This record gives sequence, C-alpha cells and structure tokens, in this order.
Amino acid sequence: MSSPIKYRIGKSKAFQVLTTTLAFACVVPLIYILIYILQAGITKINWHFLMNVPKPVGETGGGIANALLGTLIIILVAAAIAIPIGILCGVYLSENKKSKLAYWSRLCVDILQGVPSIVIGIVAYFWLVKPLGGFSALSGSVALAIMMLPIVIRSTEETLKLLPDTLREAGFALGMPFHRVILKVIIPCGISGILSGVMLSVARVAGETAPLLFTAFGNPYLSANITKPMQSLPLLIFNYATSPYNDWHDLAWGASVILLVFVLVLNIFTKLITRKWKVQL
Amino acid sequence: MESTIVKSIDYNAYFGDNHVVKNVNIEIPKNHVIAVMGPSGCGKTTFLRGINRMHELIPNATANGKILLNNEDVMQMHPIFVRLKIGMVFQRPNPFPNLSIYDNVIAGYKLNGIKLKKEERDKIVEESLTKVALWKEVKDSLTKKGSFLSGGQQQRLCIARAVAMQPEVLLFDEPTSALDPISTSTVEELFHELKKNYTLIIVTHNMQQAARVSDRTAFFYVGELVEYDDTKKMFTNPKDIRTQNYITGRFS
Amino acid sequence: MNSTSIDKDNLTLSEVSLGVIGSVGKPIKVGQKVKRLYRQIRTENVFKRTLVLMGLLMIVLVVGILLTLVVESMPSMKALGLKYLWGKTWDPVQDIYGAYPFLLGTLLTSFLALIISIPFSIAVAIFLGEYYPKGWLPDLLKNTVELIAAVPSVIYGFWGLAVLVPIVRTFETKIGVEPVGVGIFSSSLILAVMIIPYGASLGRSVIQMVPSNLKEAAYSLGATRWEVIRSVIIPYTKSGLFAGILLSLGRALGETMAVTMVIGNTSIIPKNIFAPGNTMASVIANEFTEADKPVYLSALIELGLVLFLVTVVINMIGKRVISRFTNE
Repeated sequence: MSSPIKYRIGKSKAFQVLTTTLAFACVVPLIYILIYILQAGITKINWHFLMNVPKPVGETGGGIANALLGTLIIILVAAAIAIPIGILCGVYLSENKKSKLAYWSRLCVDILQGVPSIVIGIVAYFWLVKPLGGFSALSGSVALAIMMLPIVIRSTEETLKLLPDTLREAGFALGMPFHRVILKVIIPCGISGILSGVMLSVARVAGETAPLLFTAFGNPYLSANITKPMQSLPLLIFNYATSPYNDWHDLAWGASVILLVFVLVLNIFTKLITRKWKVQL
Repeated sequence: MESTIVKSIDYNAYFGDNHVVKNVNIEIPKNHVIAVMGPSGCGKTTFLRGINRMHELIPNATANGKILLNNEDVMQMHPIFVRLKIGMVFQRPNPFPNLSIYDNVIAGYKLNGIKLKKEERDKIVEESLTKVALWKEVKDSLTKKGSFLSGGQQQRLCIARAVAMQPEVLLFDEPTSALDPISTSTVEELFHELKKNYTLIIVTHNMQQAARVSDRTAFFYVGELVEYDDTKKMFTNPKDIRTQNYITGRFS
Repeated sequence: MNSTSIDKDNLTLSEVSLGVIGSVGKPIKVGQKVKRLYRQIRTENVFKRTLVLMGLLMIVLVVGILLTLVVESMPSMKALGLKYLWGKTWDPVQDIYGAYPFLLGTLLTSFLALIISIPFSIAVAIFLGEYYPKGWLPDLLKNTVELIAAVPSVIYGFWGLAVLVPIVRTFETKIGVEPVGVGIFSSSLILAVMIIPYGASLGRSVIQMVPSNLKEAAYSLGATRWEVIRSVIIPYTKSGLFAGILLSLGRALGETMAVTMVIGNTSIIPKNIFAPGNTMASVIANEFTEADKPVYLSALIELGLVLFLVTVVINMIGKRVISRFTNE
C-alpha cells in the first residue's frame, strides 16, 4: 500500500512544482522586454529628442516632438468624446436593469469591446476620413473614443450597480430631482470606480496603432490641427521600426521607452489609487 | 469488554496564535457512538477535524500532541493513510456534482487510484448503499447524477461514500444540522446500525440528538474537555457545573 | 400671481416633496417656487432622455459598424462572389483576389498561439486560484500578469522584430528550414505571450469559486492535492476555463500590430509554420492605404467584415458560457 501512496504524494508535489514554474515563467518575457526596451531606448532620450521633429532620411538627429504632441492631442480629444458619453451610458445601464433597450444596449457594449481595433479604424475611415476628404487627428480621436467607450461604460455601470438603492432614496427623499441625485450623489460616490475606468481606457488606447493607421495617418511635422493628419507615438514606432533606416530605429526605441513607461505607470497608478479612493459604503 | 480505538494524549490545536483546543485527553472505545457537544467556538469541530488531519488544511493551522488509532500515532503518519482509516461526513451534504450516484459511492477508490474489478465495485456500492438504507431507493438510478436526491438522501450518500472505504472510525461534523426533521431521524437511525461495524464520533449542537444516539458524551468548553461520561449519567447527573449550565440551557 | 396648473395626477417625487417643504416651512413666494419647479422637471426630463439616447447610441454604433462593413464590401461581394473566401491567390496587380491565405494565416497563428499559451494560463490560474490565493508574492504575480496585457502591441511587435526574429532565424538554420525569421511561428510566439493574461485571470476567478465543501470531501477520502485539482476543481470549472480560452482566442484573432510586424507580409499560402504569411488583420493594415482600385479596397473590407463577425461570435459565446457558469 505504501509505495503507490508515496508515488501519488510525489506526483502531487511534482505538479505543484510544475505549476509554479510555468506560472512564474510567464513573466519572464515581460521582464525581458521591459529591460531590453529600456536599455535600447533610454540613451536616445534627451532634451533634443523630446523637442524636435524627426529629420528626413539620411540626416541624423531629430526627435519625436510631433508624436508626443500628437499623442497628447489625440488622446485628449478622444477622452473628451468618450468620457461624458461613457459615463452617461454607464449611468443609463445601471439605472435601467430590466428594460429591453438596456438589454440590447448592454449587449452592444459587450460586442463593441470585442471588435478588433483595425475594424474600428476601417469604420472611422468611412465615417470621417472619406466624407471630410482627408486624414485627420479628429477621425483618429473618434476611433479611439469608440474603443474607450466599452471600458468606461462597463466600469461606470459596475461601480454604480454596487451602490445601495438607499443612497438614491435618500437623495429623492430630500426633494432632489433625478438629475441632481445622479450628478450630485451617485456619481461622486462612485467616482473611484469611474475614474479608474477612465484611466484604464486611456492607458488602453494610448498604445493603439491600428485605429490610427488610416485615420490620423501620421505627420512628419509638428501640428496641433485636429482637422489635419497628426503623428502619434504608436504610429511613429510602427512606421520607423519597420523602416530600413537605423536613425529611424533609434527614434523608435526612444519613443518605445516613453510609451511603455507611460502606459505601465498609468496602469500601476490606477491600481494603487483606486484602493485608496474607495468610498466606504 | 471495551477496547480503546482512538486515544488522544495532550492534543492541542491552534489557528495561528489562537489556542483553540487545549490539552485534550480522551479515550474512545470501539464500536461506540460518542457525541461531542459544547457551545459555539468551544473547539469541538476543530478537535474532530484534528483526528483525521483535516485541521492542518487551513492556512496557519497547527497542532501538537498525540492521537492514537489502535496505538499508532496519527500525527506521525501521512494524512492520506489516516484518512483511509478514518472517514468523515460533513455538515452540508457534499456529493460530487459531476459524478453519478454509483461513482460517488466508489469515489474514494477512484481518487486513491485503487483499481477494482467490476464485480468488486458493484459489491461495494451495493453494500455501502444498503448500510445507509439508500439501496432500495436508488438502485434503479445508479447512473444518474445525485442532484435529484433530497438533502437527507444526499447526506446518506455521503455516509455511504465514507463507509465504502471500510474505515475503522467515522467522524461526523454536525451531520444533520442542514437537514429537515424527517431526514434527521433517518440519519440518526443509521447511527445505531453503523456502530456495529464502526466507531462513530459525532459533533452535534443538538443536545437531544446527543441524548438519543450516543453511548458516551464529551463536553467541550472554551477549548477544554470539561466532562466525558456515559451519556445517561452526564445528562441526569453532570459532575461539572459548566456541564450542568450548558445542559440546562444557561448558555448555548 | 402666475398660477400655472400642476398636473395633480402625475406629480413627480420632487414636486411632492417640494410641496411638503413649502407647506411646512416659512411662507415662500409660490410663483418663484413653481417656476423653479418647472425648470427642474424640464431638466430632469431632458436628462432622462439624454441617458436613453446614450444607451441607444451604443446600439447605433454597433449597427453602424456592421452596416458600413457590409456596404463597403458590396463591390467585392458582387464582383467576386463567395468564391473569394476560398480563392488561393491574392494578386491585386492582376486583379486576382482570394482570401484563403489570410484565413489560413489567421487560423494558424491564433490556434498555435492558443496551444502555446494554454499551459501557462492554466498554470497561473491554478497557482493563484488554488495554491496561493493570498500573499504579497501571488499578488505581485497577479499584477505582473495583468501588466502583460497592458503593454501596447506595437511594442511587442518592435521587440519581436528586433530580438525574437533573429533568435528564430538561428533556430531555423539549425533545423534546416529557410531562415527568414519572420513568419507564422514568430507571430504565434508573440501572440501566445500577449494572450496569456486573458485565460489566466478568468481561470483564476472560476477556480476560486469552487466550494471548499467539495474539496474537503475529496481530501477526507484520502486525495492528494493534485488529485483534488484533477477530480474536483477541473471538472467543476470546465466551462469557465473553456470561456477563458475562447476569450483568449477572440483576442488573438483580432490582434493586428504585433503580428503585422513579425509575420513577413507575404500574401501566399504558407508552406509550413516557419514560412512568412499574412493574417486578415495584417493584410488590411499593410495594404489598406495602397488599395487603389475599388474592388481591391472592398476585398480588404470584406476581410474586415469576416474578422468582425468571427470575433463577435466567439466573444459572445464566451460571455454566455461565463454567465451560465456564474449563475448556476
């Protein structure tokens, strides 16, 4: 009896070792990538790099200022579109759990979350680029806003669903009209969850390239005009990394460091902050 | 002539720094039904789970002392050995939902990788289900999953599953507290039959149940074994004031 | 005094409560109060209608996406018909369009990535769900795995191009295959890393949901930890794990940038998994802005339509399985 049992105990321990090894092995590529990109790109970053636009092929130097500004503008516009719509839609879904319209709406939010980013780029092209006759930062922002919406809506809805009904009733009992209850009581109480959703959505689209390929399209010059093409960090990285020029590769490495650090810091920051902000119910 | 089958010597159990079971010394005679009683938090369940080494599954749970099963110290054996000889039935019936009734009864063998011929398996299933008075009720639905069984039937299935392993001792952790009164009495009737072949240790909240089914009763209070005597004697003439207060309902 | 009639039968809560306050408190100028009341009711209605509009907007968006894709694929659907989907040649110069190379490329990369990533996802799920649900080290692991999903795909692509592809190239020379470096295999490797978090986090949640009652029953019968995992946890969480795998698959199918940079942009049917190829997403990314003929562009859009439908279906099935699991 004892050797089969010893064998079984050994098998159990071996499985635990295997699981632990595989689990930690997952993070090895991530750490390797992080270290590699940091060391490849950190040397390229300096004041000159941040303040100048790329030089034409063949000339050394240059920077990514146009991409930095472009990313900022495109994301800001996208957030300006997605945040109000997203929060309001999240409010709608959390206030209307049973209506038919809410069911289909919720379904569509789920569908939207799974749509590949390149498809959204295609659609934004036909909605904004073709009719307006050219690439523009605005069309890129709209594409990114569409991608941000499901994240903002979901986290708003989930956060608000957790708030007890008594909170709403307290507001109504004080004579507040519906919009005041929502805007002055419900949303402030759920602000931590809502904001974390907003930050996560920004972190998500900051690194998106595909939706911008045929909308914002990219621009070698510094520009703040949202009706014209604009450069962004991910676009620059994609175009320059796949080019055959070493100077452009250098720019891409530097840009990668900035983008990676930005996205990771935003994610980590969101995780830490939401724990602190949670309102005690 | 009574022979001791389970004997604990200075057994202590802890959850982290919390000393939950304090220096328990108890001798349990073979083929008897022992009830273990006491107010909530007195350590009775922790002690029970210590006997078949289930206590240590909880993180930060430790224990020391000796528990002898037929003069072998259970604390020194590997838990698997212990659990093959000491079976357990839990408070809420927990048959495996993905297995049929037949497979549930035989689950102990499957889990331990013990291969049996079909005739042996059939025999064990029929015997175990008969012992728990469930055979007639389910013999035509052995291949169905047990979800259609009532609470009492599910609990009897769990007893059959434990009994199928042919243990020497059966531990029951408040086995009827999740059941309705009729199922409770069906399970209590089983105890009388089961003690012919096994030794039963039953933790119960229900004093009337202890009085009905057990030969001896152990009374635990704040982690200590306060009194341990023949059930009739303990209920009519308890020796310790704490036992008396509990029995008369001063606290529960 | 302006007396405007209040609909006595359909008072809102705010009207009632204002009325109560008004009658109990100090005498307030009724005209002003009523005006403010009406403004509030109007705002309330506008607000409620706006909310409904926002909900409607989502439906409009999704329907709009579908319609746009269908309408813009029409020229290609009309000109090429259904044969397009299994056409084996893609030669825009000669006006020959066949989607088969891309369907194949997508399926190969996604399924290969899935197969490579499943052991890792499940290992993380079991590690965090069963062995070490609490503690600072498991928390660190959980957060790090989640960060894998946060890294932009273009960065995975760039790193893949610079680091992974040369490694694969040397590997290919060793095993005697044409040493291109880029191709289906490299894409699958990067894709596998990228999709690990999806299966892992869903797997962890469902594994934590296994009732301890069942696990204890198995332990009390003498099972080892591995046996409890195999005979209690895995059967119980089967559908949840399957949903996690579906979600990972959906993610893999739609992934564009990392694959585009590492797959070699070759629109022929790959000979083996080390050959370069293209996926539906990568060919769209590469050729959309260069599509000069309407049928060319429309053929690419049709690929987008297929991609849209497939990912939507897979995600929906995955979500349905999860909701059935959590509601049981």
